[in-house]
Amino acid sequence: MTSFTLNGKSVSVDDDPSTPLLWVIRDSLGLTGTKFGCGMALCGACTVHLDGIAIRSCVAPLSRVSGKHVTTIEGLSADNSHPVQRAWIEIDVPQCGYCQSGQIMSAAVLLKDKPKPTDEDIDQAMSGNICRCGTYQRIRRAIHRAAEISAGAGHSYEKVAQ
Amino acid sequence: MTSALLEKRKSVGRREFLKTSAAVTGGLCIAAYVPELGAGARELAAAGPGIFAPNAFVRIAPDDTVTVIVNHSEMGQGVYTSLPMLLNEELEADWSRIKVEAAPVDPSYNHTIYGVQMTGGSSTTPSEWERFRKMGAMARIMLTEAAATKWNVPPESCHVAKGFVIHAESNKKASYGSLSEAASQLKPPPNIPLKDPRKFTLIGKPARRLDTPSKINGSAQFGLDVKLPGMRFAVVARPPVFGGKVSKVDSADTLKIAGVRSVEQIPAGVAVIADRYWAAKLGRDRLKIKWEDGENAGLSTTKMTEEFSKTSAAPGTVARKNGDPQGALSSAAKTITAEYDVPYLAHAMMEPLNCVVDLRADSCELWTGTQFETVDRAAAAKVAGLPPEKVKINTTLLGGGFGRRANPASDFIVEAVHVAKVAKAPVKVVWTREDDLAGGWYRPKWHDRFVAGLDAEGNPVAWTHTIVGQSIMAGTAFEPLMVKNGVDSTSVEGAADILYGIPNLQVDLHTPKIGVPVQWWRSVGHSHTGFSVEAFLDEVAHAGKKDPYDLRRKLLAKEPRMLGVLNLAAEKAGWGKPLPKGVGRGIATHFSFETYVAQVIEASVEKNGNVKVHRVVCAVDCGRVINPDIVKAQMEGGIIFGLTAALKTEITLENGRVKQKNFHDYQMLRMFESPVIEVHIVPSDVSPTGVGEPSVPPVAPALTNAIFAATGKRVRSLPIRSADLAESNEVKS
Repeated sequence: MTSFTLNGKSVSVDDDPSTPLLWVIRDSLGLTGTKFGCGMALCGACTVHLDGIAIRSCVAPLSRVSGKHVTTIEGLSADNSHPVQRAWIEIDVPQCGYCQSGQIMSAAVLLKDKPKPTDEDIDQAMSGNICRCGTYQRIRRAIHRAAEISAGAGHSYEKVAQ
Repeated sequence: MTSALLEKRKSVGRREFLKTSAAVTGGLCIAAYVPELGAGARELAAAGPGIFAPNAFVRIAPDDTVTVIVNHSEMGQGVYTSLPMLLNEELEADWSRIKVEAAPVDPSYNHTIYGVQMTGGSSTTPSEWERFRKMGAMARIMLTEAAATKWNVPPESCHVAKGFVIHAESNKKASYGSLSEAASQLKPPPNIPLKDPRKFTLIGKPARRLDTPSKINGSAQFGLDVKLPGMRFAVVARPPVFGGKVSKVDSADTLKIAGVRSVEQIPAGVAVIADRYWAAKLGRDRLKIKWEDGENAGLSTTKMTEEFSKTSAAPGTVARKNGDPQGALSSAAKTITAEYDVPYLAHAMMEPLNCVVDLRADSCELWTGTQFETVDRAAAAKVAGLPPEKVKINTTLLGGGFGRRANPASDFIVEAVHVAKVAKAPVKVVWTREDDLAGGWYRPKWHDRFVAGLDAEGNPVAWTHTIVGQSIMAGTAFEPLMVKNGVDSTSVEGAADILYGIPNLQVDLHTPKIGVPVQWWRSVGHSHTGFSVEAFLDEVAHAGKKDPYDLRRKLLAKEPRMLGVLNLAAEKAGWGKPLPKGVGRGIATHFSFETYVAQVIEASVEKNGNVKVHRVVCAVDCGRVINPDIVKAQMEGGIIFGLTAALKTEITLENGRVKQKNFHDYQMLRMFESPVIEVHIVPSDVSPTGVGEPSVPPVAPALTNAIFAATGKRVRSLPIRSADLAESNEVKS
């Protein structure tokens, strides 16, 4: 049995400890917002937070998260109210939407670390996430907008996420 | 002349497409009546008593919820928003109460042009532009009649607003939901007049996408997210060479893995069936399979490039001929020749292919992201040994499509039903990224050879274009329609119908037969002709000492809509204005899916040959715009898609094996390489045309033309290779 905290709740699973976290979350725990795109940490569709850091869950073995806190897209907010989600709605970022969970999880960590990111910060933090529909320009705009929303509304990432 | 040619192709195309689709589906799709209005169709939309479902496309419940049933797949292009907009322009329900549901498979939902239920060809809006408005108007007329009868007033004295029927005179008001029961008892009106477009309130507005909220919190359901009770997972080992066969399987190591249920041979290869995806995947990787490679074991893309070039030295089957091209070439003051190459390309949708099948003795139910419901249902029925009516397809959201999910052989559907037959339980077949890239059904590899003749003033007077590449239609049910006199019209589209006024012109085609499965890929034939035609025209302009924009303007004098986007893009980009040192500007136009696009790209090349794309200016004329923000998003996305093809991707084969494995060697454009994109839409009141694909073709030539402007180096082969552009490399042209 491996135990960890998923979106604020304690969970225990009996998957083999070498199983990638992605498949534990999707197939054993039934949360399908985290996506499979490559299985090699190349596309970022599977991005989740491990103790507040963005990781690619497709290459993270279950054993790595034992006793730790994992946040998935489902745990970002209960009501689409995270500044990143609000900005994503405002700018209508998604097209097919498949990569967007990963994009949003990467952006949320960027904004936690750098509340007012520059374009270079965005290039650095977001270049691990592929969008085949090509929504990069809107993602960039939405990250700047999320920074504004956070500043204006006095939100902090921790408050929203917990 | 050009538009006449197009018209002819279109009219012939439609009639024969219907015949073809009848062959594909056993004639089920041809209905003599308007199927979406039939009683059966209304049952499709209705979901309970008191529900008002006047036709197959809309349902109004007593709680005022309006459900629009959408018959085209949402793969990012925005149809789950744009089609409800069309319907609600006439229905005038409260936009915030609109819900969307995917249509089941039924003739009522067939594409109005193609006669099968499908999504593709940038044709959803052209197909539904009139029908969805009519379906909405029908509902409004019946709701108004229900209210008028209740109040005992003439229907003409009532009006509607935001989901209410209102009789202003008597100050009466009833919500659509409160009228649903009464309206459901009424007969549909014989005539359904539509609004004067000048009175549109929703069409033309940047309404928010209805699918966005579900796509930012993980709740959107893609095929990969479907879960059934007792469902198993399967991963399939497919032959490493196309057409290969299993010779011997050793599954001992696989069967040792906890959770693996069985290893089964199916026509596509060997399926590992397990309780979880990860067990099936590990099990597949541990299979020891001896394959018989068959006749494709020697395939090599390097050899193909050489052979295609040799083949192109002689003219092929003529697709278009105007004037006397050979005579004009021999009397030209100057001639130039060039050869262009583009590679096989995979669609690489972010969501790898998958399909869930629940096969029972007398029924088969599928959950999958497909673009090709009618064709898939017929194919699944054949494998299941059931009549098509016994096969139900639940179309989920698609994590990208780009054509791959409309497979002419329904490959991923057929395979999944075969797996379900041996799994003896509901099963989800999942492709890995490696499976996707090696799985074939690529955009064909193409070679284009041009010769142009210039007069003494440098104007092009002769143009010959020889194309070499596989037919995507040959061997499919669509061959009788799309291949005429040895010419697959999709091989020469964008070349045989160029809009430039060149008096002596020939386009001809060689169609080699090669054992690599090929398919339509976002913008289809235009994906190679857009590049080669527009890049060569740039060469022609420079050979004639003309500005590439001015030459295009001159050659497009009789094409006002293309001239319109060309001028708009040039103006917005500041064509002719100075640029920072090292930055070049390239221009290209392309007409595809009845839509006119022009782009100007600013790019520079670093010392090591790396290309930096700074800015893309795009002008589009796609007729009347339903939702300008969605049109912009499609242009933006198509430009990134086109840049990936120009700068990054190629599928290559050696000894019959695909070399690319995953996103490390089949790279996508990423955030740090993504340029500023500006989209300008030409206002228009003609019927709407395609937007999903037309922004792709001009990208590569606008970029290579910009590279030429910046460096003097001419790129004639995609993807662009930085080694060829590095300063250490001498100028080629």
